[in-house]
Amino acid sequence: MPTSIARPSRERADRAPSLAKLLAVAASSLLPLPGAAAIEVGGYAALEGRVFAEDPSFAGQSDDAVVSLVIEPELYRESDDGDSSFLFKPFARIDSVDSDRTHFDVRELYWRRSAPAWELLIGVSKVFWGVTESQHLVDIVNQTDLIENPDGEDKLGQPMVKLSLIRDWGIVDVFALPGFRERTFPGVEGRLRAPLPVADDPIYESSAEDTHLDWAVRWSHVLGPLDIGISHFSGTSREPRLILDPTFAPSKAAPAEPNGGVARGGLSPGSALLPLYEQIDQTGLDLQGTFGSWLLKLEAISRSGQLDRFAATTAGFEYTFWGVFDSNIDLGAVVEHLWDERGERGPSPFQDDLFVGSRLAFNDTQDTQILAGAILDRESDANLFLIEASRRLGSSWVIEAELRGFSGLPPTDPLAALRTDDYFQVSIQRHF
Amino acid sequence: MIHHPILRTFAVTALAVALLAPAPSAAITPEERGLEIARERDRRDLGFSDFTAELVMTLRNSHGEQSVRSLSSSTLEQETDGDKSLVVFDSPKDIDGTALLTFSHKTGDDDQWLYLPALKRVKRISSSNKSGPFVGSEFAYEDISSQEVEEYTYKYLRDDQLDGRDVFVIEQYPTDPKSGYTRQIVWLDQDEYRVWKVDFHDRKDAPLKTLTYSGYQQYLDKHWRPDRMEMVNHQTGKSTVLDWTAYTFRTGLQDADFNRATLARAR
Repeated sequence: MPTSIARPSRERADRAPSLAKLLAVAASSLLPLPGAAAIEVGGYAALEGRVFAEDPSFAGQSDDAVVSLVIEPELYRESDDGDSSFLFKPFARIDSVDSDRTHFDVRELYWRRSAPAWELLIGVSKVFWGVTESQHLVDIVNQTDLIENPDGEDKLGQPMVKLSLIRDWGIVDVFALPGFRERTFPGVEGRLRAPLPVADDPIYESSAEDTHLDWAVRWSHVLGPLDIGISHFSGTSREPRLILDPTFAPSKAAPAEPNGGVARGGLSPGSALLPLYEQIDQTGLDLQGTFGSWLLKLEAISRSGQLDRFAATTAGFEYTFWGVFDSNIDLGAVVEHLWDERGERGPSPFQDDLFVGSRLAFNDTQDTQILAGAILDRESDANLFLIEASRRLGSSWVIEAELRGFSGLPPTDPLAALRTDDYFQVSIQRHF
Repeated sequence: MIHHPILRTFAVTALAVALLAPAPSAAITPEERGLEIARERDRRDLGFSDFTAELVMTLRNSHGEQSVRSLSSSTLEQETDGDKSLVVFDSPKDIDGTALLTFSHKTGDDDQWLYLPALKRVKRISSSNKSGPFVGSEFAYEDISSQEVEEYTYKYLRDDQLDGRDVFVIEQYPTDPKSGYTRQIVWLDQDEYRVWKVDFHDRKDAPLKTLTYSGYQQYLDKHWRPDRMEMVNHQTGKSTVLDWTAYTFRTGLQDADFNRATLARAR
């Protein structure tokens, strides 16, 4: 348990301008690119609709279909020699139902200088670590923009200074991470949330709260068929434990459940969950072996700082059948086992689960792809399933459809609150 | 694998150059003569060291509908192994910034990494899909990858004329069982060993595709590259045209320009 839990200060608004400040600083960094070429403009805008199969479970949730507008433009500029570059990629969503899902983020805003043996990046950026498909245990630098999609693949921009050393013996990335980003959660009107909304009022273990300076380092290398990465992170956990708001339920000031799982049932109206961000240390390993049509994958972490130290792994393979049915279609089969040492009493819904998925790549001019998968709980009837399909229309439009479902969730499952939140989503994107 | 095509054919090999003499002795078998020609063709492009180029791919289906991809490529010659290459897509816009890094090998599968800019993810991918289409085009991966002399066995067929040029016609047989072809018939001119035409036969030995080259230009007084390559699929009626521009040789690229870090920042 954290020994001192700093109450969230309510001056979050005072800290908000730091983003504006950052923007201004980065905008001025457009200048120090001697002989810079013209600014390249790119990005996309999308219109998205989401309908749910069933009525909502919890008070306050809207029963309406969701319509969303998304825009993510991108401005890029590099010096004539290509050694310095600047990128600005803001993101905004306007959502018809959930006012919390209407949000803005700076996905990237950085200046980067690169040389053959090193690279320095200063600003807001995103990094990805890992090799598996069903979950990303090792990937810890960026906060999850969970309100975007329950799969957690969307990330918030992270302020960082990143120095990379590129050597014969591998690539070392060292990160200083000033400024913590809170995870986004659906609001009161939103679906895909816990019985109680998550209050916009986090608790930090560190008295530095969201200004704690976090550190991370990763070494990665290629050894023949093996791609290996070893990483360590020290700082504020990106994954909060959710506790009952003591303001509303003073008798339950302790975490709602000793394991930090999402609180459920028996709560007084008007109460809320508070995210508790503790200080953690996490060591990660990601490993992929590429042997012909086989990809063998392993991700493993060991984390301390949230109750007892624990380990978790994702391990599996991907095998591709090329040109099936005497066509150009490639069929990839993915099987991964998800394990978490904390077991059923832990907050992870994937304590002993099997992911089975398949990926169809049509290899046509429109890049048609279909991904279907299910995560099966080996200790209960809980299943999550997903179908995603995408196809290019013409030269600059893309249509995507997504079907996500939850079935057989026992009341004790951390995802039990989502049992009526099966949904179908279609989005049409215009890229420019 | 994408890198330079068939152009950059038949990479480094033993410098069996002594055999270069144009007059085959009577004792030589058609297989030996075919290999000799392939080696000479490879030898004549040795020493380019590196080059960059821009490529526009125009894909047409049998109804005449077309779609276009544009990309840029960098290739670094390796003395003792297959070339290294980096390809970055510019369009369609939804794959803008997607990049592919390939370390090709004389024997065995190539090493390949794909960069997905939306996820900022570098992914090691399987390269054993030799016969699959490259980005939906009529070019298979094996058509556009760095080609090594060792990847085929050969047979000299005849001397002939093609569009007024004296050519050799040879057959080459892929040694990789994963190839989509039983054989390829290659027309190359006797003066400069430039390939002008290739007929591809599928696994059932039925005629599948024809590739024609045009607009050859010479760089550094040595290396010939075509401005255009057109692949026609006889079985589907589809075709793909590759238009090459901005060839630049000896740009100073080094091994340090081809790794996972440069892949992730390529644009």
